[in-house]
Amino acid sequence: MAEAQDLSFFVRHPVEGIAAMDLVVEGVHCGACIVAIEKGLKREAGVRGARVNLASKRVTVEWSEGALEPPAILERLETLGYPAHPLAAEAVDDEGKAEKRLLRSLGVAAFASMNVMLLSISLWAGAESDPNSATRDLFHWLSALIALPCSAYAGLPFFESAGRALRARSVNMDVPISVAIVLSLAMSLFQTIAHERTAYFESAVMLLTFLLAGRYLDRRMRRRTRDFAVNLSAIRADRATKLFDDGEAREAPIAAIRPGDLVLVRAGERIAVDGTVEDGRSEVDQSLVTGETRPVEVSPGAQVYAGSLSLTGGLRVRVKNAATGTLLDEVNALLAKAVEQRSSYVCLADRAARWYAPVVHLTALATFLGWLALGAGWERAMIVAITVLIITCPCALGLAVPAVQVVAAGAMFRRGLILNSGDALERLAEADTVVFDKTGTLTQAKPALANGADIAADDLALAGSLALASRHPLARAIVEAAGATTPMIAHEFPGQGVSALYRGSRLKLGSVAFCKAEAEAARVAAAWPDASLIAFRTPERAVVFAVRQELRPDARSVVARIACEHEVEILSGDREPAVALVARELGVARFEHDMKPADKIARLKVLEAAGKRPLMVGDGLNDAPALAAAHVSISPISAAHIAQAQADAVFLGERLAPVAEALKLAAKARSLMVENIWLSVVYNLIAVPLAVLGCVTPLIAALAMSSSSVLVTLNALRAHRAQGSR
Amino acid sequence: MNVIVYLAPLALALGGLGLAAFLWALRNGQFDDLEGAAWRAISDDDLPED
Repeated sequence: MAEAQDLSFFVRHPVEGIAAMDLVVEGVHCGACIVAIEKGLKREAGVRGARVNLASKRVTVEWSEGALEPPAILERLETLGYPAHPLAAEAVDDEGKAEKRLLRSLGVAAFASMNVMLLSISLWAGAESDPNSATRDLFHWLSALIALPCSAYAGLPFFESAGRALRARSVNMDVPISVAIVLSLAMSLFQTIAHERTAYFESAVMLLTFLLAGRYLDRRMRRRTRDFAVNLSAIRADRATKLFDDGEAREAPIAAIRPGDLVLVRAGERIAVDGTVEDGRSEVDQSLVTGETRPVEVSPGAQVYAGSLSLTGGLRVRVKNAATGTLLDEVNALLAKAVEQRSSYVCLADRAARWYAPVVHLTALATFLGWLALGAGWERAMIVAITVLIITCPCALGLAVPAVQVVAAGAMFRRGLILNSGDALERLAEADTVVFDKTGTLTQAKPALANGADIAADDLALAGSLALASRHPLARAIVEAAGATTPMIAHEFPGQGVSALYRGSRLKLGSVAFCKAEAEAARVAAAWPDASLIAFRTPERAVVFAVRQELRPDARSVVARIACEHEVEILSGDREPAVALVARELGVARFEHDMKPADKIARLKVLEAAGKRPLMVGDGLNDAPALAAAHVSISPISAAHIAQAQADAVFLGERLAPVAEALKLAAKARSLMVENIWLSVVYNLIAVPLAVLGCVTPLIAALAMSSSSVLVTLNALRAHRAQGSR
Repeated sequence: MNVIVYLAPLALALGGLGLAAFLWALRNGQFDDLEGAAWRAISDDDLPED
């Protein structure tokens, strides 16, 4: 390793004298890996314990304070064959608590419903009809003894959420749930005291159990995808070489770098921070930031942005926080506005809840008044009204949407797409226009040789060997195209190119001017307007390579597939010829070039004004406001952090296919959600009249509730089999 | 019917035992790594090394 690493940021101290660190480990997938890692780490002097978590692909290492340096652990894991990446301490540990709380509630509720159901079944088997049974009373009292404390504990998540909603003067799904549970328990208790024949304890606890199961699944899906996203960001965690006050340069994680720090960027490295150049000159490739593929010259005082690539020279960058009048500033201002204006989308479940709660409560009230008017005692009227509340309780409705979300998110995850928010699925299903950014989204972030077919094999091989001696990032593309493995002994001219003596003749590789290849360069530039040019000079002739960001391997077929059902547009910050070329290659008729972040938002607004629902797919810093403003948005995993944070979903890998499959899956999932909600409505249409007429016994209530919940869950499982057509 | 007097509490106590075991396991982190546990069961690291 070239430089010492400063990892103190990641170390936590659970107990005095003990240090611990959480790491994401690549390539762990079986029991053998667990044993290899744990044993290997424990052999390291000073390590007190190591524990692998196979589900989350993480390992927690503990050691005696001061007994070893944290980087030694990374090196050890590296030699064991498992590259590891430290995880920031605060990223671990929070979210899990709410999930455990739900699981505890679920356990308690399940315990209560099992035992109360045992008692109830014996009652239904005969004891209930006995006119004056002590056994019946005893069983009712036992049920109360179990159901009341258990519901008080297990129902807390709902009661708390309902309380929050009421305080905010709104109604969510938890309000009718809480009302139904509390009222049914209270009524059952009064029935028991009055030696009545029926009590509804089992309905109340069963309701809680089903609803908690839905909640838990929902929470677990969110945490798992979030865990995965945290792992990914740790793996691609950007590091920067920080210049410490003592003059030493040490590698440090980005998270540990503060505004005002000085960071060193070498030629060929990606700049990991936003800041001002203090010292040095270079050409900077900002294509991932602005979409513009032509490199920009920077000198002291210039702004540079995280994600850009320093091509030709070393830089010293002073890290910025509050920049004014810069691209970053403009993006942040637009972003704040876009997030503010993001149309308050109301997801299906909430829309259902909005009319559901008043309808249910009014029906119950009407039932109560109706029975009273028909001359029933107020007790009888009350009981019937409460059975209406219980039977309509959104048991199936509470499962209808989350169950589909869980299954569909799982299916998307397997196809390489991570959802950031649950309602993204619904908005994705509504999208009818797909707007792509060009650079980094339709094209790959890695440059590749474009005109390989026009170049003689000998020239390519020679240039490849020479390119191996260069540290210029574009030279890598030539090395890869040539498959070169043996470097030449070459001399590097910083900022210009490399030169070597080969069998008595001088070979040069570098800028067009360095190789005096202007004539050839003009020809190649005309054919490949978006490419960067590298020239190669032998004594006899000059060859010009066009290196450009290639389209993603499946971009053409995926865009064609999406274009079948959606309108497709390209909005790029790049120059006209470059965008036109890509649009022609992909067969996209509508494209816009030289778009500033504000222009992209303006275009999205035009689309929305025309009644369209745009899906924005983009990756750059300049796309972030548009991603936030669009109806729904997707980013590639290679995107700038700020863009990824705004996107509703992130896709992995080099292929663009997950975008098309996500659209298909989302459409399928939405239709299943709607189906499920209708199933719940139909169930209510049958059950509510029965309840209003006072025909619902506890047995019928239990049967109806569980069968509707199971039906809805089974229907949701079909999202799993949804085919992304290929 | 007097049998209920001790059978019902017994049944409840058994159920409660199950619940207590579940809560204990949850608190002990037994459900933190569902995939790893399956592999750990078949690893031989508890055998004495020779």
